Amino acid sequence: MTTPDSPVRKRPAPRPAAAPASAGRRRAAARPPWPLLLTACLAGALALLPLGYLAVRALERGPAFAWDVIADERTGALLLRSLGLAAVVVAACLVLGVSLAWLTVRTALPGVRVWSVLVTLPLAVPSYVAAFTWLSAAPRLVGFTGAALAMTLVSFPYVYLPVAAALRGIDPAQEEVSRSLGNGAVRTFLRVVLPQLRPAAAGGGLLVALYVLSDFGAVSLMRYDTFTRGIYTSYRASFDRTPAAALSAVLVVMTVALVAAEARTRGRAGHSRTGRGTARPATPLALGRLRLPALAWCGAVVVAAVGFPLGVLGYWLAVGSSATWEPALLTDTALTTLGVAAAGAALTTALALPVGVIAARHRGRAAHLLEQAAYAGHALPGITVALALVFFAVRYARPLYQELPLLVCAYAVLFLPVAVAATRAAVLQAPPVLEDVARSLGRSPLKVLREVTVPLAAPGVAAGAALVFVVCMKELPATLLLRPTGMDTLASRLWTETGAGSFAAAAPYAAALILLAAVPSYLLGRHRT
Amino acid sequence: MRRPLARALAALAATALFLPAVAGCSGEPAGLVIYSGRNENLVAPLIEKLEEHLGTTVDVRYGGSAELSAQLLEEGDETEAGLFLSQDAGALGALSKEGRLTPLPPATLDKVAPNYRSSAGDWVGVSGRVRVIAYNSEKVTAPPGSVHDLVKPEWKGKIGYAPANASFQAFVTGMRVLEGDEATRTWLKGLKANSPKAYDSNLNVLDAVDSGEVSLGLLNHYYWYEKAAEKGADKLRAKVHYLPNGDPGGLVNVAGVGLLKGADKQQSAYAQKAADFLLSAESQRYFAEETKEYPLAAGVEQAEGVPPLDSLQPPQIDLGRLDSLKATLAMLQDVGMV
Repeated sequence: MTTPDSPVRKRPAPRPAAAPASAGRRRAAARPPWPLLLTACLAGALALLPLGYLAVRALERGPAFAWDVIADERTGALLLRSLGLAAVVVAACLVLGVSLAWLTVRTALPGVRVWSVLVTLPLAVPSYVAAFTWLSAAPRLVGFTGAALAMTLVSFPYVYLPVAAALRGIDPAQEEVSRSLGNGAVRTFLRVVLPQLRPAAAGGGLLVALYVLSDFGAVSLMRYDTFTRGIYTSYRASFDRTPAAALSAVLVVMTVALVAAEARTRGRAGHSRTGRGTARPATPLALGRLRLPALAWCGAVVVAAVGFPLGVLGYWLAVGSSATWEPALLTDTALTTLGVAAAGAALTTALALPVGVIAARHRGRAAHLLEQAAYAGHALPGITVALALVFFAVRYARPLYQELPLLVCAYAVLFLPVAVAATRAAVLQAPPVLEDVARSLGRSPLKVLREVTVPLAAPGVAAGAALVFVVCMKELPATLLLRPTGMDTLASRLWTETGAGSFAAAAPYAAALILLAAVPSYLLGRHRT
Repeated sequence: MRRPLARALAALAATALFLPAVAGCSGEPAGLVIYSGRNENLVAPLIEKLEEHLGTTVDVRYGGSAELSAQLLEEGDETEAGLFLSQDAGALGALSKEGRLTPLPPATLDKVAPNYRSSAGDWVGVSGRVRVIAYNSEKVTAPPGSVHDLVKPEWKGKIGYAPANASFQAFVTGMRVLEGDEATRTWLKGLKANSPKAYDSNLNVLDAVDSGEVSLGLLNHYYWYEKAAEKGADKLRAKVHYLPNGDPGGLVNVAGVGLLKGADKQQSAYAQKAADFLLSAESQRYFAEETKEYPLAAGVEQAEGVPPLDSLQPPQIDLGRLDSLKATLAMLQDVGMV
């Protein structure tokens, strides 16, 4: 993305940046510079690969067969179960995410800096580890309750992070006006603050919903049948790829519908910021008598989401014999995991940058389609995405098959939306006025992007990269099928050890995974826009 | 602070792009690539011996049997693998049906009784496991003599099982083959009416039986022997009961190997040798001692404490017919078990 812009420079400067800058809204008319568009299309094409594969496999035995699978009443029942779980988890994540964000950003909560880091740490806990530890302590938790609990506890930071960032960006003057008009703190929050948080909360909620739809580990351990579990069972029990592909296609349709719904919720709100120059930090609200309940709330969430799984892992480490410790293997595996996750984060971020910029700065059907394409594969279970890449790689990219680049591509397909969401939000917060000024000073669009937009959005983009880094580290199904033969990540080792039934031997890998993933999570918690 | 961040990002990208190049040039190509649906911790020591035996490097890709068979079907002739080591006969049957396996020579096949190999001659069992009923000795004095007894009201709410597990599904398929679809459906409905508790794995079923959460459970025999080896048999309240008289609940299923079509000549030769090695006395003893499974090649004894295979009275069944798992799944879904 930072290649020299020679081809562009030779072209006559495209229409000067229209009229003087006002809010950057008419920017919709300006075409994105072609290198940007090209990379974005590349990202979109990569993200659409699984769809091509699904079409091939689902229609292999004719549309009638595929339709039979889709029209089966069980399909509908599973879909409803998945959507029900997603709805409950999203609602719970909104409550946790928004309340914690408000407490850590806007109140005089004791130890607020520590809390703002602690509440992002659940990101580091894989859903299957959360489910596993909870089950080992409370076997009766199985089913909907258990699945909802485990998924909520690991995914509420997806809401917390964007909402906290948005809260920091809101001009407190509006709230002061509201208070001066006689509205109480609660009323002001509901009437003035909450509406402004809507885009951030909706974006986070969307990621949570798609994550719930695609998750296999937690629902499988909690024995709660969802759509994804149906897809896995289909691979597992019938060794048949056609029904699984037909079912996956339904998930894609669901994803597109969810993304469209989120876009409606988001509306134009995110585009109305005029720059952060005018805002100043809000005065932290004294909690008074509510101090203890607030502390208890934060404490309970952190203990349940991070303390508890770590405690259970610690117990296993303690009871396990020393023979299960293999420090050399653990170190090797940890380094490999860091390497592939870094590569995954880098590629995903590089591909998400153009998509995010276009989604934030350009309107119209093409921009919208691009963003939707990026999200298309996100709700698909990992195994489907992996088989799609197997399909394409053995046919068209044989040398790459089961080599690192292909695994990294799989991560990009799976997690592109995470990075796109972060990039778009970051670009939206960068005042377009500055870009217009740069354009008026004769900079080419690409140069503006490099010298103005990207540096302004860099902290947000970096935050997105950190988030992708974390999720890549935890990824399992695609890693199992696409890793180079003999390569192990912490997640795959964890799979091996628990598959052999030795929880004590699995504990070091689970603990290492959580501790390593906690580093970028910690940076995310400290990161302030 | 913005520039350093962007710079860090660029550095990250550069490292990441460099990384695949480094990893890409590691090691020379292996003589044999195996896709293994069996757990690494279980078979890795055996693979080391295999490398010695073959005099070449062996690369193993570990995964779930079903996932790997889906991957092999997707790879087709382009596969890098020469041998598939499957956790169960069903995945091998699926590959055989799609024409992905090459026939094994009679000399290899004949090491194993006809019951435990492919009727088409393109895969062979290397270790066997028996379905048993595990029961909590404090709660149950007389375990049922047949799975058919499990639908009786006295067992209501007292049964644990793992309906999503491949072994359970293979057992139901076996019942369908032995007793027909209608009888099996009726039995499943009866079992369902007895509200059995579903677990994610056989291991969890055994733990539930041992802790008394349920009185008895359906699982494979070796789970109990492994646990007994780990904790001491006298410390387990769970005991195993083998079902007599050809009861469908006493099915003997196998883990096995097949040679993959599409592998080059040299790799196929290695794969053939590997299949023979897995049926050698050395490997068969390994399965008996380490995984407490039944050795299938003639002349090797099972582990101490495990009753001999020929003392059991398992149902007679063509394991190749266990590939009709799809109909089983439809039935299980229909009844509402998975």
